[in-house]
Amino acid sequence: MSASVRSRTLIAGAAVPLLAAAALTGCAEKQKPGGDGGVQVAAGDSSCKVSDTEFPAGHVRLHVENKGTKVTEVYVYAPGDRIVTERENIGPGTKAEITTEVEAGKYEIACKPGMKGDGIRQKVTATGKGAAEKRDPKLDAAVAEYRTYVQKQADETVPAAQKFADAVEDGDVEKAKKEYAVSRVGWERTEPVAESFGDIDPKVDVREDGLEEGQKWTGWHKLEKSLWEKKKISAEDKKLAGRLMKDLKDWRDRVGKAEITPTSMANGAKELLDEVATGKVTGEEERYSHTDLVDFEANVEGAKKAYELLKPVTAKKDAQLAKDLDEQFAAIEKKLDEHREGDGFVAYDTVGKGERKKLSNAVNALAEPLSRLAASVAS
Amino acid sequence: MTADAREPEEREQAEKPAESKRPGKPAEAGEPSEKATEPGKTAKPEKATETAATEESEAGAKAVSRAAEGGGCPAHPGRAGSPKDAEHPGRAEHLGRRAHPGRRALLGWGGAGLALGAASAGGTAAALRYGSDAQTVAADSSSAVPFYGEHQAGIATAVQDRLHFAAFDVLTDDRAALEDLLQRWSHAAARMTAGDTVGTGAVGGPGEAPPDDTGEALGLPPSRLTLTFGIGPSLFEDDKGKDRFGLKKRRPDALPDLPHFPGDALDDKRSGGDLCVQACADDPQVAVHAIRNLARIGFGKVSVRWSQLGFGKTSSTTPQAQTPRNLFGFKDGTRNISGDDAAALKRHVWAGENDGPEWMAGGSYLVARRIRMNIEIWDRTPLAEQEMIIGRSKGEGAPAGRRRERDEVRLSAMAPVAHVRLAHPHSNNGIRILRRGYNFTDGTDGLGRLDAGLFFLAYQRDVREGFIPLQRRLAREDTELNEYIQHVGSAVFAIPPGVRDSGDWWARQLFS
Repeated sequence: MSASVRSRTLIAGAAVPLLAAAALTGCAEKQKPGGDGGVQVAAGDSSCKVSDTEFPAGHVRLHVENKGTKVTEVYVYAPGDRIVTERENIGPGTKAEITTEVEAGKYEIACKPGMKGDGIRQKVTATGKGAAEKRDPKLDAAVAEYRTYVQKQADETVPAAQKFADAVEDGDVEKAKKEYAVSRVGWERTEPVAESFGDIDPKVDVREDGLEEGQKWTGWHKLEKSLWEKKKISAEDKKLAGRLMKDLKDWRDRVGKAEITPTSMANGAKELLDEVATGKVTGEEERYSHTDLVDFEANVEGAKKAYELLKPVTAKKDAQLAKDLDEQFAAIEKKLDEHREGDGFVAYDTVGKGERKKLSNAVNALAEPLSRLAASVAS
Repeated sequence: MTADAREPEEREQAEKPAESKRPGKPAEAGEPSEKATEPGKTAKPEKATETAATEESEAGAKAVSRAAEGGGCPAHPGRAGSPKDAEHPGRAEHLGRRAHPGRRALLGWGGAGLALGAASAGGTAAALRYGSDAQTVAADSSSAVPFYGEHQAGIATAVQDRLHFAAFDVLTDDRAALEDLLQRWSHAAARMTAGDTVGTGAVGGPGEAPPDDTGEALGLPPSRLTLTFGIGPSLFEDDKGKDRFGLKKRRPDALPDLPHFPGDALDDKRSGGDLCVQACADDPQVAVHAIRNLARIGFGKVSVRWSQLGFGKTSSTTPQAQTPRNLFGFKDGTRNISGDDAAALKRHVWAGENDGPEWMAGGSYLVARRIRMNIEIWDRTPLAEQEMIIGRSKGEGAPAGRRRERDEVRLSAMAPVAHVRLAHPHSNNGIRILRRGYNFTDGTDGLGRLDAGLFFLAYQRDVREGFIPLQRRLAREDTELNEYIQHVGSAVFAIPPGVRDSGDWWARQLFS
């Protein structure tokens, strides 16, 4: 299902602050963090030294020098591993300047020699107005792990979608049909986060009825219609497959910067169930391929991941809620199991009205307590 | 569609003007206890309508309503409640057993005013008492009807103008979970019928969580909301005969599965149900709000199987009021059992202590039928034929061969196939049922025809002696009317006795 207005406001609405862009303002000079107008970062092949581990909040300038032998990159992470800013491709012996804006709080500066892994990290603190928000470290850990999960889903989607795109470009209808639903799983698991980039969702996951006047129909569902309804692949479709890959890679490259908080995780989990309730359980999402149950499961898996990560805190604050959610996740999984076939699921057009109602009941039963998850982790 | 079900000798008394049997004693004000406020709650302004209403009838209620509009009376007390809602700590409907500090609990359930199940204006509105009769009536269409009592409200209490009826399937197999739900439901029902929000309210809670109450009734008065709860045969045993909750042997004999009646065209998706809730109110928004919140509280344990909206009550339980009309344009319910006719209620409506299972004493049995009317065909039927088919005149509602609506019915003056004649107690061994039906229109059917008719609700002491024999006869012999109607939905429920107080809940006796 394409982004609902609500999910955009809940997640994307919170996303805008402190990110990047500060470089354009020229305000950095006014605050002069560090003694010399910035924080010196000396990046080596196995080191990452910073000149100041404490500096005033606001506009911050990082002077990076790569003293090592590998190409490196430098990140500033907020708690939960949210990327505040980053700079890639800093060659050996070169310098780079990174400017960003940070609120008071704890951060980590990471150098990634070879541009791989979690990097070599330095803890730093931005001080000043508004002391760092004290959040349960368990929640920071949950956010960090969820961020990793979201990134992994995006990373894994790209090659899966590539198989699908390749089949389309080869004009192989049968192969493309086989790869279609699989290519969507990572997206469906993390859709609320993906949707926080309002520009990507309408390009890759919009349905025909969701188009605005004058909007060109691109993405998965356009190809779905060609494959199942028209049963052939046009030259235009082949181009669209390439376009889909381009948009998905854009998503993969940007998803790490999404603003994720414990409450946005929780609300995202609920939104995934909303997606099931409005699109999947009705059979509207995959109206040509009838692979709705694959999306359904992916939505539930994504919601469950978010919940499992938040559960240590929820179980402490609202044990009954955790118990209800455990039960309802188990119940919906059991319900889905009844419709498995081979590696996947039966076609949704073979699922009768009575069974659809049972699935809908299971969704309601889970979504109602899930709507209380955010309050249990709100700080 | 049983338009006439009152025995002439019983009718005699009821037809006397209200004044003659109720000496015009000055009405007392509402009991002081009704003014008691919940902790943390501000007292609502009291209405000053007590002296304005002088007759026990819906007409009286309307008169008061008009009087209120006309001047002098303060505005409806309203739900205005957000501030007070915010003061209720915790999610109250979770705590089914928590003592409900309801101002109305102090009225008691055995009080003479409630013992008859008569409409009672509790709390903020006028509760009228007529000397030793101690009849309490709803004097205002915005007032509250007491939730606690010997019988459930919504049966003999004055019929409100709107309906939202919902039948539920029970999804859980866990008896404790079901019992817990009934407690939470009862608690929420007590609050909503009093005009309060569910749980911690619709606003003022944590910003990250959806509110406990859905909020569309904020600012609306209680609107005489009644919530009446029932249990279908399928809760006792499923269609394979399985004893789902260990209740099979407690199923009342008076709650049989309905037989197939000739002409039935029942849609399974509009029939049956393990549980039901009948929400009646004078404001449809209030009735819908109630069902919506109960459905929400029940997610995961119950699921709405079907529901029906109704308007324009087609049966009156207050005979002095103007008789409402059904969608055929005829007055319906002229001779219905009156809510203040204690003897008839006892004889025909309330299950007695010796009638069957003890847990049903004080309860009743409900048959709900969705009766589709072939409106367009009826509208092309000549007036004389319409009147012949019904057995009454269309304008006045007078029985065939008579002049006034409440004139003695003379069966022999009616056509042998007249509906009133066929449905009359004299034609049916004295069978009487209490009807509470509503008109419905669910838009059009795709062929341009109104999807409309009568949502028939009938309460009786024993379905085997009430609806079944009556409908058997009508299905077979009411051939003229049956040309224009079709029964398309059907359900039957045991309606347990009333919830006694805040420590009690719907059907507690069944599970204990």
